[in-house]
Amino acid sequence: MSELTTRPHSVIGKSVPKIDARDKVTGRAKYTGDLKLPGMLFGKILRSPHAHARILSIDTSRAEQLPGVLAVITAKDVPSTVYGISPARYDETIFAIEKVIQVGDKLAAVAAVDEETAVKALSLIEVEYEVLPAVLDPLKAMDEDQPRVHPGYERNISVEIHQDFGDVDKAFSESYHVRTDRFRGNRANHAAMEPHAAIAKWENGKLTIWTGTQSPHYTQYHVSRVFGLKMGEVRVIKAFVGGGFGGKLEPSAAEYVGSALAMKTGRPVKMIFDRKEVFLHNRGRHPQYIELTTGVTKEGRILGVHGKFILDGGSYTSLGIASAYYAGSMLPIVYEFDHFRFDCFRVHTNLPSCAAQRGHGVPQPRFAFESHLDMIAKDLGMDPIEIRKVNARRPNTTTINDLKINSCEFTACLDRAKTVSGWEAKKGKLPPGQGIGIGCGAFVTGAGYPIYRTKMPHSAAVITVSEQGDFVTLYIGAVDIGQGSDTILAQMAAEAIGVNYEDVRIVAADTETTPHDFGAYSSRQTLMAGHAVKRAGEEIRRQVIELAGQLLEVDAAGLDIDGGTVFVKAFPEKTLSFENVASEFFVRKGPLVGKGSYTPPKLGGKFKGAPVGTSPAYSFAAQVSQVEVDEETGQVMVTDVWDVHDSGTVINPDLLGAQIEGALFMGMGEAMYEEVLFDDKGNPLNANLAEYRVPTALDVPQMHSQLVDSYEPSGPWGVKEVGEGATLPTMGCYANAIYDAIGVRIYDLPLTPEKVWRAIQERKKLA
Amino acid sequence: MPVRKSKHHVVTLTVNGAEQTELVKPNTTLLDLLRETLDYTGTKKGCELGDCGACTVLMDGKPVNSCLVLAVEADGHSITTIEGVEQNGKLDRIQEAFIDQAAVQCGYCTPGMILSAKALLARNPHPTEREVREAIAGNLCRCTGYVRIVKAVLAAADMHTQQGQ
Repeated sequence: MSELTTRPHSVIGKSVPKIDARDKVTGRAKYTGDLKLPGMLFGKILRSPHAHARILSIDTSRAEQLPGVLAVITAKDVPSTVYGISPARYDETIFAIEKVIQVGDKLAAVAAVDEETAVKALSLIEVEYEVLPAVLDPLKAMDEDQPRVHPGYERNISVEIHQDFGDVDKAFSESYHVRTDRFRGNRANHAAMEPHAAIAKWENGKLTIWTGTQSPHYTQYHVSRVFGLKMGEVRVIKAFVGGGFGGKLEPSAAEYVGSALAMKTGRPVKMIFDRKEVFLHNRGRHPQYIELTTGVTKEGRILGVHGKFILDGGSYTSLGIASAYYAGSMLPIVYEFDHFRFDCFRVHTNLPSCAAQRGHGVPQPRFAFESHLDMIAKDLGMDPIEIRKVNARRPNTTTINDLKINSCEFTACLDRAKTVSGWEAKKGKLPPGQGIGIGCGAFVTGAGYPIYRTKMPHSAAVITVSEQGDFVTLYIGAVDIGQGSDTILAQMAAEAIGVNYEDVRIVAADTETTPHDFGAYSSRQTLMAGHAVKRAGEEIRRQVIELAGQLLEVDAAGLDIDGGTVFVKAFPEKTLSFENVASEFFVRKGPLVGKGSYTPPKLGGKFKGAPVGTSPAYSFAAQVSQVEVDEETGQVMVTDVWDVHDSGTVINPDLLGAQIEGALFMGMGEAMYEEVLFDDKGNPLNANLAEYRVPTALDVPQMHSQLVDSYEPSGPWGVKEVGEGATLPTMGCYANAIYDAIGVRIYDLPLTPEKVWRAIQERKKLA
Repeated sequence: MPVRKSKHHVVTLTVNGAEQTELVKPNTTLLDLLRETLDYTGTKKGCELGDCGACTVLMDGKPVNSCLVLAVEADGHSITTIEGVEQNGKLDRIQEAFIDQAAVQCGYCTPGMILSAKALLARNPHPTEREVREAIAGNLCRCTGYVRIVKAVLAAADMHTQQGQ
């Protein structure tokens, strides 16, 4: 209904308080671990101490005899169905069957009356192993003499990609300058504050799971598949979620093992990972080894790019197929070039599985490319912002790999970043040891295709109006994991109908009471769930206006609703309250219901892997950072970061700003501090929140956030992504600022004092 | 197999103004006593190693990681959890500021953050930004980059000044 866009917005565009904020500041919000059910047991998992070993025997008899233990299960007690989240590579089972392939692999589990008894029972399970040589180095994993992580994957290759667009060799031969650089990314973990948790209940042939998940739908789909149940026999209810960042997208052992224990005991079972288990389950950022070759003209125009990647996938495939494709598919978005070759191997090692983390597969390639582009600019004697402007993506263009870009204000982002950071006055002019650098990025606003093949809409919404007409309830499958989707979707419902935000209630993320949505990932909900909500709200609005027209004896086309009041547009003093019309509707016709759904248009090319990177819309961002480097110690202090974002129409400015700050923060942690480390046997060395260095309030720079005006035609009210885009530019922008400050280039994340110090010593030696 | 019975201890502590007497094991943490026995689940469990600060409560007004305090050590002490910060249905000014400044995302660190901030403002009603950052440096947040949390604590300090308390 076009009139919705002609009226000024009443609810969207305003920083209404978060719908759940009061529950969260008072401690009333219940996360999965806070829930207690009558008769509930506590489940714990026995995990492998070896990175690679054959299981010779498991003796659970002593554990079974421990008072307070109600069940001990191993692979023989549960379905052996392989699972995962990418249908092309299901390779994980509830418990390891013949061998374990990482430290922390799952062998057995116990359900007991309390956690202490469960932990004690685990210590009584006896396992005999034949320890096997392990593959720990992803660069050697493909060698013929290396052990196999999975019998089925030749040379430990999990995913192999070769894509060729245009003629890269010709582009290089025609280039004024061709440069090659190599980079390495780090293994990061989401480190959400809430560890993975689930409670499973098995009653009357029905499984109910309360869980801190990013996707009730994928949990329902995969758990039902593994246990041979109909989807309707599994109900998944999201509790409050203490952060996800990609790590809670797929069901984990908390859901699978908890369900198996609940089915075995007939009692509810609570599973909570301890912090070490979170690191062993992982599914965090893949470490990427990246080689980039780029050819440019004398003026800095990029003619062609060849990206070669090796990704350390760890033990299981998880979401790693998409991660591998994303590494390359998103490269041609930020800058325009017509020739692109992308070669990639994702390899298995006997380390925890890698998958999706904020910015899925893209931040490390952006670190590499933004660093690489700065070096090219230096070779050409160009200003870093100038070379970016020469190549900047323009609106209404299509990338060489068939990604359709609608709105794009990237050039405006670059111009604004230059102004607000004081670039002109600072670049090359700061005192010794201080520097300024730029990095850029672009991200999808929702994946164009779901993770498994289905024709279902990507999101659906139902809105009902109370019989008295005094409030509306939005039923939506979308998943609030803290980012605030419940709030902005309630704002959208209020806007679409014409009622006040305070009169909207929301029921979300329960597979039995809310309509389908794929969940919180790929920055999809504002656009996709937003469309569904807008359509459902407009259906309510149409019905109310139609009845109001009858009551007022005027043409419905001449009516509008705003702030809970129906009024005649030509005579705004002639009104009816929404409440009265809606209650009259119930008297005459029964429940007042609106529904809507959204399916993206068919997107992308026809080549293998073409769907990864498709999206209805893309956000763009430019970041500038300013650093001070202590040349004696290599210590880097980032003092300021300016982020300028093209995020389309803003629904809630405060929540949008909070997303940018949080995404930038995650990028800075990975840029400066974070890396999961292992010993030479594959044991994690820092699987805790002290030695895995999540930045504290003392470590973060001043963040300055700016938006450029933008409207995305494919989004409801013009919206697009914000949750992940600001993670992408940060690593490169820091590396470039360090180079500007002291003239050393760090190719390897994180940018630790040791690496900076060593690079300074190296430079001194050469001088 | 017989399990050796742990010796239990009687502890009496005041939680949010109410005296509680409980039988605890020697290895029961204050965190588990609060969450599992007394059902103050606003106190969160994030690492059980004293690294994340999600389990912060006030013990005699001072912030402690309740995962590192044994229940027996809390005997005779006064504990404030997040459930005790709201008084008679009225939010504390720090809670209000967290809502107004959009300082809450997933909310898992929020109770601990608010309690650390409360202890700070009690001993230093007009902190600088640096002092706020130092006071919450033991409370990790993965969502916000701390930007709006710091703003909220400073705003709460301002509210305090304006109210002339």
